[in-house]
Amino acid sequence: MSALADTAPRRAGMPGWLAPALMLLPAMLLVVGVVLVPLALTALLSFHSFSSSTGISAGYALENWAEIAGDPYYAEMFLRTFRIAGVVTLACCLIGAPEAYIIHRMRAPWKGIFLVVTLGPLLISVVARTLGWALLFGGRNGVVNKALMDLGILSQPIPFMFTEGGVMVALTHVMVPFMVLSVWAVLQRLDPRAENAAASLGASQFTVLTRIVLPQVMPGILSGAIIVFALSASAFATPAIIGGRRLKVAATLAYDEFLNTLNWPLGAAVALLLLVAIAAIVIGCNALVERHYSKVFQ
Amino acid sequence: MSRNGPLALLFHALVMLFMLAPIVIVCVVAFTPEGFLSLPTNGLSLRWFKAIAGYPEFVSAFRDSLWLAALSSVIAVGVSVPAALAVARHRFPGREAVSAFILSPLMIPHVVLGVAFLRFFTQIGVGGSMVSLVLAHVVIVLPFAFRLTLSTATGLDRSLEQAAVSLGASGATLFRRVTLPLILPGVVSGLVLAFINSFDEVTMTVFIAAPGATTLPVRMFLYIQDNIDPLVTSVSAVVIALTVVVMALIEKLFGLERLLAGEGGGRS
Repeated sequence: MSALADTAPRRAGMPGWLAPALMLLPAMLLVVGVVLVPLALTALLSFHSFSSSTGISAGYALENWAEIAGDPYYAEMFLRTFRIAGVVTLACCLIGAPEAYIIHRMRAPWKGIFLVVTLGPLLISVVARTLGWALLFGGRNGVVNKALMDLGILSQPIPFMFTEGGVMVALTHVMVPFMVLSVWAVLQRLDPRAENAAASLGASQFTVLTRIVLPQVMPGILSGAIIVFALSASAFATPAIIGGRRLKVAATLAYDEFLNTLNWPLGAAVALLLLVAIAAIVIGCNALVERHYSKVFQ
Repeated sequence: MSRNGPLALLFHALVMLFMLAPIVIVCVVAFTPEGFLSLPTNGLSLRWFKAIAGYPEFVSAFRDSLWLAALSSVIAVGVSVPAALAVARHRFPGREAVSAFILSPLMIPHVVLGVAFLRFFTQIGVGGSMVSLVLAHVVIVLPFAFRLTLSTATGLDRSLEQAAVSLGASGATLFRRVTLPLILPGVVSGLVLAFINSFDEVTMTVFIAAPGATTLPVRMFLYIQDNIDPLVTSVSAVVIALTVVVMALIEKLFGLERLLAGEGGGRS
């Protein structure tokens, strides 16, 4: 059976499984050796204890996990991480989905141009884009703050650097293209005749949008939301630059434990907890979405 | 076909302002003639672009970034092509699982990979070297190369290859003259996407970079953490300008949106 379905040219004297096994070997070895093994070692590392005088101990203990569970500092930090990710996800839905639809309805040259302008920032370094936000709103010298204060509209600069709001705005800027990309993919499969039919039957613009377009685009918005949430919860460069050392999220805390405090076991535990939390949320949401849509399309 | 109303166009204008403002401001401030961050209100100056030459760490990091992106994307494609062909045309148990496994580095947050790589490379004694950077970058860009190659290899028409075999072509000739040209669009776009992702990566690299082996985004990040001045702004402006050139080329060659369809998440 399997031999019949196989479409590859076969050389005589070679068992059928050997060729694909050899072709897959390098890629599989890389993922096992450079991803799986290091991740397993990191899991082990999180069970070692650490002291600043003797370094990483040889024995195993639940010390780091107990510290994370017991100290409210970590609960607050994880709460902040997921609060930021949640708000950014919502903002991306509200900005990215309508924007994708608006671009979708444009005529030929503009459609292509604005799609490139919207998706292009994905290719520009996150560091350069976040720097832009710091230039616009960074304290008294931030370009926007300075202009508004010179005009007498503001007496104090808008607080942006080292605030949660600032991190949310800059992260939303980084994530919007992912949402547009995801919604765009669905819009390409949309049949314009459904909209036209609804309109010809007397449905208003608003009704067409909420009853015809939105339900069809929803899977794109949901899968975009899952991507944006996972990326925002683990984002590093933007919260590190805008939030600084005062406003820690899980990724920047893990970085500090590894490269400043040098408490690697604790940093490993924080990173693993982040991985598990994100995986649980993403898998849970995926299951919910799939269950909902399998009902809809039955 | 209905058009966008005035409200929709206003919304669109605001979104465009939001998307472009931080990028444009970097390029504008880079031309300031002053010694501090400010809009170039007293004329334009190239002094901060010239100043980059006085900071060899930025120049060498840029060169290392290019090498790293080139090496890791070429290795990732070299490994992906046979793997994608095996998955696309051989029927064997666990095919889907193998495919998901090769794509799995995409699902793991880069900060977690950074933590894991730092420990791992230190333990096996290649910590802080270019070797560790290349290995790490190969696995993070492997999914992009694999996914795009697989998508072209899956829809491949086999009759051309069967014709070549019946005419006596085999092994290397068959691959070089028939199969490779057929999957080339996927291979090339995989290579481009892998290169860009490697070049831009900062979250994972910041953990394993060392003074002797570092990348431009990491160098910029560490510089910004200390202070933000016109120098890092002009370096960013150069990076943005180069990216826009590459983007224009991609749009002309493949269409940006088609290439980015292979992105689907995995970067932060």
